[in-house]
Amino acid sequence: MENSNNTYDRRSFLKISSLSGGGLMIGFSWLANLMPNEAMAAEVAAAPEGVLLTGFIKITPDNKITLFSPNPEFGTNVMTSLPMLIAEELEVDFNAVVVEQGDYDTPRFKNQFTGGSNAMNQAWIPLRTAGATARQMLLQAAANQWNVPVAELKASKGSISHASGKSATYGALASEAAKLTAPANVPLKKMADFTLIGTPQKNKVGKDIVAGHSLFTMDYKHPGMLIAMVIHPPAFGLELKSFNATEALKMPGIKDVFSFEVYKDSYERAGFDTRAFNKLIAVVGNSTWEVMNARKKVVAEWSPIQTKKEMVAAWGRKKEETIPGGLESTDQHLKQMQEMQQKPARLLRKDGNPEEAFAKAKKVLERTYTAPFLAHNPMEPISCFAHITPEKAYFVAPIQIPEMMKQNLMANLDLKDGQIEMKLARMGGGFGRRAYGHYIVEAGHISKKVNAPVKLIYTREDDLTNGIYRPSYMITYRAAIDENNHVTAIAVKGGGIPEGAIHENRFPAGAFDNYMAEGWEIPSNITIGAFRAPGSNFNASAEQSFLDELAETIGKDPLDYRIELLKRAKANPVGKRNEYNADRYIGVLELVKEKSNWIAKNSKNSKRGVAAYFCHNSYAAHVVDVSIKDGQPVVENVVSALDCGFVVNPEGAKNMVEGAVVDGIGNALYGNLKFDKGATVQKNLNNYRIIRHREAPKKIEVHFVKSEVSPTGLGEPPFPPVFAALANALYKATGKRLYNQPFINELGKS
Amino acid sequence: MAKFQLKVNGKALNVDADPTTPVLWVLRDHLDLVGTKFGCGVGSCGACTIHLNGRALKSCQLPVSAVGTQEITTIEGLSAAGDHPVQKAWLDLDVAQCGYCQTGQIMAAASLLKSKPKPTDEDIDNFMSGNICRCGTYTRIKAAIKKAAETSN
Repeated sequence: MENSNNTYDRRSFLKISSLSGGGLMIGFSWLANLMPNEAMAAEVAAAPEGVLLTGFIKITPDNKITLFSPNPEFGTNVMTSLPMLIAEELEVDFNAVVVEQGDYDTPRFKNQFTGGSNAMNQAWIPLRTAGATARQMLLQAAANQWNVPVAELKASKGSISHASGKSATYGALASEAAKLTAPANVPLKKMADFTLIGTPQKNKVGKDIVAGHSLFTMDYKHPGMLIAMVIHPPAFGLELKSFNATEALKMPGIKDVFSFEVYKDSYERAGFDTRAFNKLIAVVGNSTWEVMNARKKVVAEWSPIQTKKEMVAAWGRKKEETIPGGLESTDQHLKQMQEMQQKPARLLRKDGNPEEAFAKAKKVLERTYTAPFLAHNPMEPISCFAHITPEKAYFVAPIQIPEMMKQNLMANLDLKDGQIEMKLARMGGGFGRRAYGHYIVEAGHISKKVNAPVKLIYTREDDLTNGIYRPSYMITYRAAIDENNHVTAIAVKGGGIPEGAIHENRFPAGAFDNYMAEGWEIPSNITIGAFRAPGSNFNASAEQSFLDELAETIGKDPLDYRIELLKRAKANPVGKRNEYNADRYIGVLELVKEKSNWIAKNSKNSKRGVAAYFCHNSYAAHVVDVSIKDGQPVVENVVSALDCGFVVNPEGAKNMVEGAVVDGIGNALYGNLKFDKGATVQKNLNNYRIIRHREAPKKIEVHFVKSEVSPTGLGEPPFPPVFAALANALYKATGKRLYNQPFINELGKS
Repeated sequence: MAKFQLKVNGKALNVDADPTTPVLWVLRDHLDLVGTKFGCGVGSCGACTIHLNGRALKSCQLPVSAVGTQEITTIEGLSAAGDHPVQKAWLDLDVAQCGYCQTGQIMAAASLLKSKPKPTDEDIDNFMSGNICRCGTYTRIKAAIKKAAETSN
């Protein structure tokens, strides 16, 4: 294993986080919340069933210890890994503690957000501090009771003991401990002293999952609950004109059919308030099948939208968003993007004199890469439970960004601060889709209108056709090569619909004296949003495919060429805004080189490809081996190397990387959402292709760089470089470079 | 609406539902058995996999009127304590990420092992390819099926 001695680069972390949207978390400190607040103090006072210590820990007199996981869970296993941080410092047996999902309660928890691969990184100090602080309070309580110094006491496995033979469980001490003032600056354990963090721990919710217990919003039941579905325009660029519900209302079990507006005209949207359509029809009834059938009987008329402008307050700055009228199509999008590539674009970064280098070049390698829109398709379709009464608004919601829903819910449902109660249900996948909580507002409107508890359900078709998608992109890379076969300049230009993917301060910026990045955008009425490693998922694909072809063009080994460039960027970086740490980048490449036996296996006949990338504060490299069987690609083996700092739960981390590899191969080969006359061509999983068992890699091997750097995330970083590693391997297997996703279409062409 | 008596997890249960209602929604809405999941409604994802007379079937494609006396088994009836060899293998190998598709995967895997106690990789690929896992836990699922095959024999 490689050792990473690099310290955590806070400056670049701040910058990168703000790019991914997670930077909003930076300002928050949970440390201020370790003291019980008023509500918690009241709970403690009236809690014969147990007391809360530091908001994250509940201890009952019979020594049942419950740890609250503040961040919503959508499959990244934070409900196991975050409580591990508390348990380590609290000194409890992790197998004996109960883990519960914390409700939406931002004053108590802060940072209730799962996205941007930020959860672990943001929790690292605060949750350990919570555990250590509570342990210190329990020690102090025992010291007071036994009249001995704290230094003579030992906390272990949920008990405190003294050399005299005295001992007491945390449960017996908790009530006294809760009366103490939380001490400040309790020292945290050294990494070398960890006994739990860094050990493989199984999913704390595993048993409920395999038994099929009710965990998801879709499963939620409530007395008197009605089922609601919405009808949205059949295409982007249309809006509701009128509807007739006469026949639908005659259908059995139907309570109401009405139209409503999701957001008020006056509402200024924030970054995650995207919704495809603002005026919807709701159909409400007793059961899902009845509502599905009645929905088909609603006759609606649609009219084209006019081009409009909306103000959006996103990530701390306001911008005007143009939403053009018209019914868009994929063919038209491709033409528009090609036209933009020919026009002058916005300069994102320039080092040296790239124009001169290209003018003098002996040879120019120029390649253009494209990618289609993608739909997230989390396995659990969109859903939300809402029960709005005059006193409060109660939700059971699958939402990645609970703390950012507050202003939206208050403004659009006319709620006061403190009226919102929200259970954070386990999410059946998210991938960014559930960062956009318009469906919570929709469920709220419907509950208000019918004055009843309501569960809103989207069908798969609803989510696929009414979605928040990964944008469609185009990027052109150019390299100037001189008579000595040296690369003298790199230029990248590209954009997307309606936003681009270029991260101009990432590698290979910094490794070339002459470098230029330019970007553009094409406004669209198709709604887009974060999709697992936003922007990075395509930027990596284009950049790492291009570097592979460039290495081949100048006669170098593709893996060694990357290392050579990174060494240059480390020794003598060009520009001051480079986001990555070249050492850690080299670290994952060296590790994957060793573990994949790159040197021995990378013969002329090999069918393997490599790619590496840095995003969301972690580094990833993959080597992919492929074969072609009956004309179809078969992924024989994947070796992955990751540097995400100290690995908290190696079992969960490995699972995350394996999943990202499968997801990357699936989206690279098959992911494709096309548009025709404003409507998605793919409407369900019978024609929107998601990778299946037989298409998955036969083997995935995951290795982590041994590191003492604070942990960073893993939900996103392993995903982006998979696309290019696969494309580069498929080139070796077929002799054909792949430029346009989904690759399966290009492989089929002769 | 019509009345049906269904045999579900060994019990006779009465349901009053539209005859066209898919068994998926009868289980979830009428019988409170929510372990069987809704994923696509068109038989393409396998989240709703149940056993009908012991064989895996997508319950979103089966109208309640077509069930008759055939026996339905859902994840809730696969084992009383969640300790069927397949479920145990799933826990041993820590398969799940989001977990939503896993009950359907487990029902499909249990059915496969009933007909092929020692499945090859190809058997698993062919049988399981109707069940999508969007989180991409396929390699773990395959390993868990092999482990369950070992432990149940």
